[in-house]
Formats: sequence, C-alpha cells, structure tokens
Amino acid sequence: MTGAAWAMLAVTWAVVLYFTVRFFLKVLRTPPSDGDDG
Amino acid sequence: MTGSQRWGTRVGLVLAMAGNAVGLGNFLRFPAQAAQNGGGAFLIPYLVSFVLMGIPLLWVEWAIGRHGGQYGHHSAPGMFDRMGPYRWLKYVGVFGLFTNLTVAAYYCYIESWTLAYVWHSLVGTFREIAPTEFFPHYLGMHEGSVFAVPTQAFLWFLGTLALNVWILSRGLAKGIETAAKIGMPLLIVFGVVLAVRGLLLGPEDPGVVQSPLAGLNFVWEPKPSGLLNPSTWLAAAGQIFFTLSVGMGSIHCYAAYLKREQDVALNAASAGWMNEFVEVVLGGSILIPIATAYLGLQAVQAATMSGSGFGLGFLTLPTLFNNWGWLAPIAGAMWFGLLFFAGITSSLAMGQPILAFLEDEFGVRRARAALTFGVATLLLGSVCVWLYPGGAFDEFDFWSGTFALVVFALGEVFIFAWIFGMERGWQEITRGADMNVPRVFRYVIQYVTPAFISVVFVGALVKPVGRWGAALRSVLAGEGWPLAPDSVIGKVLHVGDPQYQWFDAQGNFTNDFVQDATRILLMLVFLACAALVWRAWALKRRRTP
Repeated sequence: MTGAAWAMLAVTWAVVLYFTVRFFLKVLRTPPSDGDDG
Repeated sequence: MTGSQRWGTRVGLVLAMAGNAVGLGNFLRFPAQAAQNGGGAFLIPYLVSFVLMGIPLLWVEWAIGRHGGQYGHHSAPGMFDRMGPYRWLKYVGVFGLFTNLTVAAYYCYIESWTLAYVWHSLVGTFREIAPTEFFPHYLGMHEGSVFAVPTQAFLWFLGTLALNVWILSRGLAKGIETAAKIGMPLLIVFGVVLAVRGLLLGPEDPGVVQSPLAGLNFVWEPKPSGLLNPSTWLAAAGQIFFTLSVGMGSIHCYAAYLKREQDVALNAASAGWMNEFVEVVLGGSILIPIATAYLGLQAVQAATMSGSGFGLGFLTLPTLFNNWGWLAPIAGAMWFGLLFFAGITSSLAMGQPILAFLEDEFGVRRARAALTFGVATLLLGSVCVWLYPGGAFDEFDFWSGTFALVVFALGEVFIFAWIFGMERGWQEITRGADMNVPRVFRYVIQYVTPAFISVVFVGALVKPVGRWGAALRSVLAGEGWPLAPDSVIGKVLHVGDPQYQWFDAQGNFTNDFVQDATRILLMLVFLACAALVWRAWALKRRRTP
C-alpha cells in the first residue's frame, strides 16, 4: 500500500472509531433520565 | 395498542437503530463505490455528506418520530399530520408506508438468499458447483424468458418472511430489540474475524495471487482528481443517504416509542456513527481485499465497475473461501451470516411502521398486523421473485429503494424546518439531549441539508452519461443534455432503449413490459397506502364529531 493510502485509511479509521466509541460509551454511561425505561 | 410499547433498554434502542441502518450495502456497495469514485479521496465528500446531510437528517427523523409518538402516532402519516395545520401533511407521510412496504418486498428476497447461502456454505454446496452456475439455477432463471420459476428460492423467501413476521409479532422489546442485541454483536464479530483472516492472507496460502493489501490500496489510495468531479460528490452523498436508511420512515417509527424527555441527539449520533464503523472499517476491509488476494486487482477492478460489489459477494467469494480448507464452510457461513444479520435488522425496521400504522390508526392487534405485513410483503415480493429476469426487482429497487427515499427526505426536511418551524424543531432535537448539539446545526438543518438533498435529487433526475462537465459542454455546443439511461427522467423515457416494445416478434412479454407493469403496480400501491390514510382519518372524524 502507498503512504497516501495508509494515511487516508489511518485518519478516516481514527475519526470513525473515535466518534463511534465516544458516543457509544456515553450512551452506556449516561444514567437513565426520569421515566427512562433503559 | 402500540402506545403501551416501549424499548426495553437504551442500548437495545441504539443497536436496533444501528441495525436498521446497517444493511447489505455496507459490505457490498460501499467498498465498490469508494474504489470507483476516487478511492481514499471519496471519503472526504463521504464524511462531509455525513456531517452536513446524514447526521442532521438523523436528528430530524428522530425528533419527528418522538414528537409524533407523544400523540400516539408511531407511523409517518400521523406524525406529519401533527407537524402543521395543513391536511395534506399526512399524505407526505404516505411515503413512510409505501417505501417500507415495497422495499421490504424485495429486500426480504435478498435476505432470504443470504440465509440460503449460509446453509449451502455449511453443507459444502459451493465445493461441488460454482456459485456462478448455482445462482441463476437457484433463482429459477431461463434464458430469454422474463419469468423465473424458483422453487428453492421461493421456499427460502417464505421461511425468511415467516421469521420476520414471528419476530415482529413478539413486539418491540421482546422481538425487534432482542434480534438487534443478538444480530449486531454477531455481525461485528463475524466481520472482524473475516477482515483479519482476509488481510493476513499471504503468498504461502494456497490460491493467493496478490497481496490483499493491494485491494485495500485500491479502496483507499486517494485520487484527488475525484474531488473535482461532481459525480464523486453525488455518489458520496447518495451512499450516505442509503446507508443510514434515512427517508424511509423507519427511524421515525423507532423513535416514536421514546418518552417526551428522553434523549434523541446522542442516541441518533451513536447509531449513525456505529453504522459508519461497520461500513468504513469492516465493509471496506473484507470483500475487495479477499477478492484481490485470489483474483488479482485487475479482475476486481472490472467486477466493481458498476459501483456494486454484489457479484463479488454472491458469485465470487463463496468459491474463494474454498481455499481456506476446513475453515471454508465456517467462513462462508460467517460472510452470509453477517449479511443476513445486516438484512434482517433492516427488514424488521421496515415492518414495524406498517404494524404501527395498522395498530394506531385501525386498532388491529399486533399479531394480526404482523401477519398482514407478511402477506402484503409476500404478494409484492412474489412479483420480484417470479419476474426477476424481466427486471421487476430492479424497478422496485430504483423507484422505492432509491427515488422515493430522496423525495421523502426532501419533503420532511422542508416540513421540519419551514412548516413545523426551526425554533420548535431545535427544541425537539435538544430537549433531553445527553450531548451538546452544536448550534450551527440549527442553520445546517434549515439551509444546508435541504440544499444538499436538492442537489442529490436533481442529480438523480438528470444524471448524464459520463462526466457532468462534458454534459454541460454538450449543452453549450447545442447538442442537448446526454441523459443517462439510469437517471430518473432517462428511466421514464426509456432512454438508451431504441427497441422499446411490450411484446417481441413471437408475442412474448418483453422486459419493457415488465418494467412498465411494475411501475404501474408501484403507483397503485402508493395510491392504496394514500387511500388507507384517507380512510383512517375519515374514521377518526366519525369517532370524534
């Protein structure tokens, strides 16, 4: 793979993984609001 | 009534929403689209479209859904009826019934193929017969005929429909949520296993002709010239549109089961990004790298020219797995298993709005509503099954699975921003939010997202043959606009079909006849959905004088 392809892959994966993990962890950690079944 | 139904857990809701978005296109369409539209450079317009169109549309649809749910409406007609003082608003919501019903009809058929392929992978069918021979035989296709007689495929279709109906009849938490909690983690595990195994293929493995990294390079190598090509931007925006399952009415429906103060902003963002993880990280790392390892890059480039990895996924990969020895049946089952889980979590989301409409507006019991959905899907799906060679399946995919989505999304974002009002709309999105929604999105939703979808809509309407620049030059030179046969207007006018006729010389039906008949059928289904909405509101008026 070329350096440019590696760079593109690394940056995109980093952005996608960062937001996926960040938001999902927040979903898991945020206490249920009033009346929340979850 | 659906009013008593709720999601069991918040994680279950997010997984169900992500499962709704994650579909076969994440694994079959995305890598081919990326590779054919500028490689790594495709990801720039793709992510820009995700932020400026995808995420805002998700927030809009979640907000419309939760708002409608407060009035006891869990399907689009009722939700849109509550968004303004105009009586016609509920008819915009007809799209939320029509699209789900007609897309489910052909989508459940593809889903049944994946289930059948899991079975055939496990019993070793593809060791004895090449998938390229198996597939037309499985679909019951006969050369020169617009009709198919697919006994096996039809039985798998029936089984898949029955499974969908059974899960739907169990209800939101026990049925759909449980399916998502099982399906989504398994899909991710299967995807990771296949991606790791595929990327570790080396010259010492039997049958390998090239490094799988050459395939990965094909997907990710940035070709900056693509950024200046409007087709790349349209392809990226289109991929975002279809991968998130926006413009269908299914997201609205799932969100309608939230309470008034429950978060929509974080849940929507989490489900959206989870879909991106499955698409970009997993979807881009399985099909093309494995196919490249065994077939070489040139063959893969040729196979993905159409912008779809469908042929590679169903016709090529099962054979390539045979090189994996004892792991072959498991790999095949994992590949088609992950496609099946991607499919069923989406088809369930298509069924729920239909059930909710029947329950809310006509008081039909859930089990009976699920059965009604199953029968309707069977009848419409049968058209796709029996007339597959004539092109009925592709017509469903184009008009329901592509065009109707864009029309509905365009309508809903205008209604949300300009009729419901951005002030109220912003309150809906941010009420109970467990994340800070950047205020700039208020203006993005009001101006940028509608403009983005309008461009996608016009792009689909008048897509030219070749590049847009060349088409403009053609107009300036007085040679007219070179409409592509797969543009909306091109389809309506049968552009590129000089032999257009309903019957051939022997008096047999042609593909043109099947295409036109399918379009008429789809229009009738739309009118039937509109008539049901009219009837439901007529009954309401009679009940409340």
